[in-house]
Formats: sequence, structure tokens, C-alpha cells
Amino acid sequence: MVRISTRLAAFALALGLSGAAGAQEKLKVGFIYVGPVGDFGWSYQHDQGRKAIEAAFPGKVETSFIESVPEADSERAIEQLARTGHKLIFTTSFGYMEPTLKVAKKYPNVMFEHATGYKRDRNVATYSAKFHEGRYIIGKIAGRMTKTNTIGYVGAVPIPEVIAGINAFYLGAKSVNPDVKIKITWVNEWFNPGKESDAAKALMDQGADIITQHTDSPAPLQQAAARGKFAFGQASDMTRFAEKHILTSIIDDWAPYYVERTRAVLEGKWQSQDVFDGLAKGKVKMGPYVNMPDDVKRLAEETEKAIIAGTADPFLCPVVAQDGRTIECKGGNRLSDEQVVGMNYFVQGIEGTIPK
Amino acid sequence: MTETLPLILATILTAATPLMIAALGEHVVERAGVINLGVEGMMIVGAASGFAVAVLADSSPLGLLAGLLAGLGLAVAFGLAVVVFATNQVATGLALTILGLGLAGLVGQGFVGQPRAAMAPLAIPLLAEIPVVGPALFTGDPVFFLSLGLVALVAFVLSRTRLGLLLRAAGENQDSAHALGLPVMRLRFAAILFGGAMAGLAGAYLSLIYTRFWSPGMSAGRGWIALALVVFAGGKVWRLVFGAYLFGGITVAQLHAQAGAIGLPSQLLSALPYVMTIAALLALSLGGRKGQGAAGSLGQPFVPER
Repeated sequence: MVRISTRLAAFALALGLSGAAGAQEKLKVGFIYVGPVGDFGWSYQHDQGRKAIEAAFPGKVETSFIESVPEADSERAIEQLARTGHKLIFTTSFGYMEPTLKVAKKYPNVMFEHATGYKRDRNVATYSAKFHEGRYIIGKIAGRMTKTNTIGYVGAVPIPEVIAGINAFYLGAKSVNPDVKIKITWVNEWFNPGKESDAAKALMDQGADIITQHTDSPAPLQQAAARGKFAFGQASDMTRFAEKHILTSIIDDWAPYYVERTRAVLEGKWQSQDVFDGLAKGKVKMGPYVNMPDDVKRLAEETEKAIIAGTADPFLCPVVAQDGRTIECKGGNRLSDEQVVGMNYFVQGIEGTIPK
Repeated sequence: MTETLPLILATILTAATPLMIAALGEHVVERAGVINLGVEGMMIVGAASGFAVAVLADSSPLGLLAGLLAGLGLAVAFGLAVVVFATNQVATGLALTILGLGLAGLVGQGFVGQPRAAMAPLAIPLLAEIPVVGPALFTGDPVFFLSLGLVALVAFVLSRTRLGLLLRAAGENQDSAHALGLPVMRLRFAAILFGGAMAGLAGAYLSLIYTRFWSPGMSAGRGWIALALVVFAGGKVWRLVFGAYLFGGITVAQLHAQAGAIGLPSQLLSALPYVMTIAALLALSLGGRKGQGAAGSLGQPFVPER
């Protein structure tokens, strides 16, 4: 299905673009999404960024996207965009890394931007966001809000980004509540609403009274609300799914970055780079802090401000791993970005092991 | 433990119910000698249509009905192809799944991310008061009770009525059945419609009861699991019910095992429902006498000689 819709989209795109060839020289910006734009999570947020570009440069820029592109079959879709005159192409999933590099070699005059990857080239830049900063804040909120001292964490797949998120969350919770415990279940999928929902129920059955998640659907939040428990939104503002039981959401906001990079191309200043930023640059945002007492809200706001100011960080040294070894401090008074991106251990205090 | 046990049981029932309903439909289809690999497609269209109608009409029961009808609609297309035009059933079924996934995205487009309130649970008077099992088994969503009724109905019709006998005859040996003057094509078409309706209902259950929102791809392979359950059942309805609850039970149990940090790799635990289902299948086929298994004419296109 995905394959067919991709092909259709590419076909439609080719038709539309050939028709517009004679028009005035507009910068064409293309996007490749791993999911449907209607997933109201990851791909949805990237598409918001695309729309922001259109709004920021009226008349100067033309954007297009291909959605639900399977990672293994993405080269064709990326090349399709490059061949049809797109000069700036955003590929927005980790698995597009190699295909992006391959197509970039063939089209040296096209600029590529790959999200969450680590391999660059002269015309391939990478960018990601410090989602773990948001997780540190929600950790503090959860640590203060829990009555059972048990927090349930629905994880997708054990990759470093998710593990760093769990660590940041736990360190945040622990900093305000030394007795807090987190229970983790892995769904081993990014998107399976039914299973995510079962995982949240299992965690609540085991005594968790706050649920947080690193999977893509609002199901865990909704299940928590159904049982009168509190939870958090993921990737986009999920307030509408549980108005009375959401505490806040961690929101990915790609719009400023996309606008900035488009401007760089328009002004001829684009260069390959690697950008990894978060709350300070507004790439990660927090939803409204609701359904919590004022002092917890204040704590959350202060933590957010401190992270933006650079005085707080989830991984201020010393960071001690689960097995008791102290992690070498490579980023001044905190772990370096590389150390966070490659995190493959739990911090001390988290029970359970990372599935290998 | 006595507080959480009913909750855990309820979780298992919710996980198993859509699988059981979809599998029940496909069971009837396969008894009639047709294999429909489009369960996943009919299910997801049921989920999208059911949710859309529930939002528009602000009524979950209407949504469930719409899901059922949507599955039925796709089944009409499948029935026309494989029964009337005698196309290859495997290829047509796969095409139906692909079509369904695309169609569902289209139907559900305007409804992505809209939340819906839960359906009021149904409590059976008196029985719901029984400690532990009472709240779990006798307080639940209406579809759960409906699914039990459907199981009983299907079991009864297939084994105790003339219609069931004719249906099975058409599935067992299509040529003999035809020679005896049975309306093989009509019987099969009817079975296919029933299968579609059940898959659609199971889909609507996903988007209206299991998780109350619509999102593309939310069936996440449950249609295929339902198909596997039919094989597991080997022609017996009770084994189908057992299989669905076994699968649902282990799915939920492994999540509990993870949350309890028992130290087994989560990937292994995630695979456990499948492993256990295969193990149970092996045990059943080793232990039992040679069962009736799949229908004799399963998957063969039927072109009557005139």
C-alpha cells in the first residue's frame, strides 16, 4: 500500500512540476516523510515545518512532500524530488541516512538535510533535537505528582534516543523525589495503538499512577485518563485526547529550523553542518502545564527556564551508570552531545536491563 | 492482587475480542471453502468508517454498525471477484488488504486525531457482583458480550443446522456439492459477506473501544493474526476462542512480566504470544486424533460445469 501511494505521489508530483517548469524561478523545497502527515505525531510536526516555510517566503518558495515512504525503499522517492528541480530536500527519518547520501552524490547542486542521522557530506547536513530536555522537565513533574512513587514508562524500541530519554526522565524525577521508581515496558514498535494501550494498562496494574511514553500514538495517554491517572503528550500537543489528565506535552517544533535553512539557500549561504539543539532554540517546546498544583507548575517553568539559560541540564556531571561506573565528562560540566546521542546504558537507580 | 486481577482480566478480554470476532468471520469463510487474505484490509476500513460515522452521528453504536457495513461492502467486492469471476483467492485477498489500507486512509482523512468518549460499560445484574471474576467478566463493553453470542451462534449454525451442513459441504467438496444441486456459489458468497461484516466490526472495535481514536495503520497486523487463529482453530470454534484468549492473555502477561522487571529480554517476551500459540498448536495436533483441519476445497476457484 505504502509503496503504491508513494509511487502515485511521485507520479503526481512529476506531472505537477513539469507543468510549472516555465513559471518564475522559485526555490523548490521537498520533504520525505516516514509516516502519513496525519499521524498527529512525528510526520505531522515535520509537515507543520513545511507549511511554515511557505508562510515565511510567500511567492519565493514552492514546497512538496511525499508521505509514507518506507525507509528501505526511499532512494527512489528522494531522487524523484532531486530530479524534479528541488534544490533543498529534507529527509525526516533515521533510516533515510544512506539513501540520502547516495542521492546527494549524484546531485551535487542539491542541498540535503537529514533528520536524526550522523553521516554528513558536502551537500548533506544533519539535524536533530534534544527531546531529552523536555523529558527531564516531565520527569520532575511526575516525581512530584506521583503518590505511589511508581511511574510507568511505555518505550518503543531500545535505541539511544529512547534510552537517553528514559535516563533524563528518571534523573528529573529522582531530583525531586528520591524514592521514585520507574517501570518500563517495551512495545518493540513505534506505532501500534492497541499494544501501547495494553502496555499502559499493565504499568498501571503494577502500581504506576503516572504514565509517560516514547511511542507515537496518544493511546497510553488516553488509557491513563480512562483510569483517572495522569500522563504526558508526545511529539505534538495531545491535550484534546485527555484534557483533564494531561500534564503537559513535549512538542517537536521544526518550523524555525526549516525556515532558517530555507533562508540560507535563498541567500546562498547554505553550508553542511550538524545541529543538535532543543528548548533554547525552540526546536523542543513544552505544552501548557496543566492539571497540577501551582508549586509543581512553578518548578516545571523554572526548570524550563534554567535549561534554556544553560544552567540546568539532564546530564550534569557526575552521571553514574547503572553498574556504578561514573561516566567520563566530555562536555565541560555535562555530558557532550555525542555522549547523549550514543547513550546505551541506564543511569544508576533504574531497575531492569536494556534489551540488546 | 484482588483489586488488579479484574483489571488485568479486562485488559486481556479487550485485547482478544477484536481478534476473536475477525477470526470467527474468517472461520465461516474458510468452512465454505474460500480463503480471504483481505481480513486486515476489511478490518482497517471498518476502523476508519466506524470512527467517522461515530463522530458524525455522535453515536458509538452507529459507528460499530457502520464499521460492520463497511467490511461487508469490501466483502461484496471480494465475493464478486472470487465467486462470480473465479479469480485466484490468494491474490484477490492480498489486493483487498492493499485496497483496504488505502481506502481507510482516505475515509479517515478528516478524522485523524479527533478524540471520542468511551462507550458506557454494560454490567450484567447480579453476576457483576461476584468478587474478582464478576467485574472482569460481567462488566464490559457491549461488543464483548456480543462476541460471545456470535461464537455460540456460529458454533450452533455450523454444527447443528441444515445451513451449516450445506455450507460445510460446499467447502469440503465443491464438485460433489454442486452435483447434489447445492447452490455452492450462493453459499460461499453469503459466507464471505459474513466474514467481511465480522472483520469490519472488529475494526470498528479497535477505533471505538480498544483505543478511541482513528489513525492510519492502527490495525497493526491484527487481521493477519486473526487469519493465523483460524489455522490454529483447525475447524473447531472452541479452539478459535481458546486461541484468541491465549494469544491475548500472553500478550498482556508479557507486558506485566516486563514491568515487573523479571530480567528476560523484552524482544523475547514480545515474541512469546506467537511462540506459545505455535506451541499450543503443536500440542493440540500431537495430542488429538487426526482432526478435520482445513476444508477440502479450500482456496480452489469454483467454476461449475454446465
